[in-house]
Amino acid sequence: MQEINQVQEEIISEFEILGDDKESTIYYIMELGDQLPPFPEEEKKDDNIIKGCQSKVWLVTKMEEDRIQFLADSNTEITKGLISLLIRVLSDRKAQEIIDADLYFIEKIGMGNIIGSQRSNGLAAMIKQMKLYALAYQSRIDV
Amino acid sequence: MTLHLEDIRKQFPVLFQKVNGKPLAYLDNAATTQKPKSVLEALTRYYEHDNANIHRGAHTLASRATEGFERTRAMVKDFIHSREVEEVIFTKGTTESINLIAATYGKKFIQPGDEILISTMEHHSNIVPWQILCEQNKALLKIIPIHPNGEIIWKEFEALLNSKTKIVSIVHASNALGTINPVKEIIQSAHKVGAKVVLDGAQSLAHLEVNVQDLDCDFLAFSAHKLYGPTGLGILYGKRELLESMPPYQGGGEMIKEVDFEKTTYNEIPYKFEAGTPNIADVIAFQKALEFIQSLGKENISRHENHLHDYAMEKLLGINGFLPVGTAPNKVSVLSFLIKNTHSFDVGMMLDAAGIAVRTGHHCTQPLMKSFGIEGTVRASFAVYNTIEEVDRLYESLVRIAKRKN
Repeated sequence: MQEINQVQEEIISEFEILGDDKESTIYYIMELGDQLPPFPEEEKKDDNIIKGCQSKVWLVTKMEEDRIQFLADSNTEITKGLISLLIRVLSDRKAQEIIDADLYFIEKIGMGNIIGSQRSNGLAAMIKQMKLYALAYQSRIDV
Repeated sequence: MTLHLEDIRKQFPVLFQKVNGKPLAYLDNAATTQKPKSVLEALTRYYEHDNANIHRGAHTLASRATEGFERTRAMVKDFIHSREVEEVIFTKGTTESINLIAATYGKKFIQPGDEILISTMEHHSNIVPWQILCEQNKALLKIIPIHPNGEIIWKEFEALLNSKTKIVSIVHASNALGTINPVKEIIQSAHKVGAKVVLDGAQSLAHLEVNVQDLDCDFLAFSAHKLYGPTGLGILYGKRELLESMPPYQGGGEMIKEVDFEKTTYNEIPYKFEAGTPNIADVIAFQKALEFIQSLGKENISRHENHLHDYAMEKLLGINGFLPVGTAPNKVSVLSFLIKNTHSFDVGMMLDAAGIAVRTGHHCTQPLMKSFGIEGTVRASFAVYNTIEEVDRLYESLVRIAKRKN
């Protein structure tokens, strides 16, 4: 299993290959979304929607041994692509790792320029929600 | 008259830029049009030479500013063919114009049980002010349904009209679908039951000749920024007798005749409705936008735009997965559509990456979108400076986008 930062470096180099052609980058992010595992339809309920996103994003978690698994979906492909990047970095990790993660790849690949400020806020909301889940699990472990 | 597109485009500096490495194709004109150099220069010139507060000043700059400001009012009067210049009121925009009517005329004259009639295809700006009024005055908001092609159902409209109908507020041209409503007939029918008619002209004034006397509308609301003019400026036209019967909208400077702590008397129209220092620079610069439109001729402008629209519709219909939304035979140059299996936000994002600016989402017409059972659309809307080449680029990008999931 790769460390969080190793995965981030991998993503950074993938985006470097794309260069600054925005069209290829957008299409690439959308393709990443297609690779997410299917999300259970019954979990597409309001309780699982992340607030603060322009698109609808559903996020659920489960604990497998001491690792948190994230499962997510969105009604737009671009958002699905973004969350697939987050899942690639943060899923199947221990709670503390997720809490401590410094997601520098987002700035490094120039995500703000690619998706614009509104979607960047949405992306920040997704990260916050994932970290909150990790915190919740962590406090359960501490108890 | 043939339009010289290259000469026209040269007047819009903003068009000559690359967006995401591609030449900008600006197809979001129903949201706001770009501004010709003459408008930009008028803004600068005003601030460099004439800036002063209007109407009260006893100096040369103040009188120059006042003259400029009032000249625009006279030009707007001619532009909409109103009977009198005092019937033209400056506001912040279409939204404020409609709110003003609801908050003054509506508040004073709407009684409990009265009915206000709007259509399914209204912009939120022509829904919410009436909802607020209906709640305050215990009136009822009634909705004219539409056909699947985006036209109002005339029979239903007539059936909804009755002696309790006091206001019919209807969009002239739909921002989300492009449908041009038969407003002259609507006004005639509404007047037969004694209702006043508010026309939302936000999308129509840039494309259609509007003559308020010929239409006999009671109010007309529109915005300068969709007419090649500056943002933050709207127009409210109202018939003199109605404007005079209405209480003021806001209190402050300009709108008073005399202020006493016991009682204040209000100024005459139009000043009664223009409290505070108005948007002087933008009002003055708007003259240049009106001159731009007049110099080309609205008929020529709309012929060109309709040509682009029809050309686009024909080409895009050939794309597997292209679904037009709103197919009324009588439309302004607004093309709303969906790409099957692809969210409108994603389509907008991919078009933007190709340098093509469109609007996506519900276009502030959520009830309309719900009536179609959709969340939103992609909307391409054309202005006089758009070209066939830009439509071709839209087509090529959409072919690529549609192929992904169809």
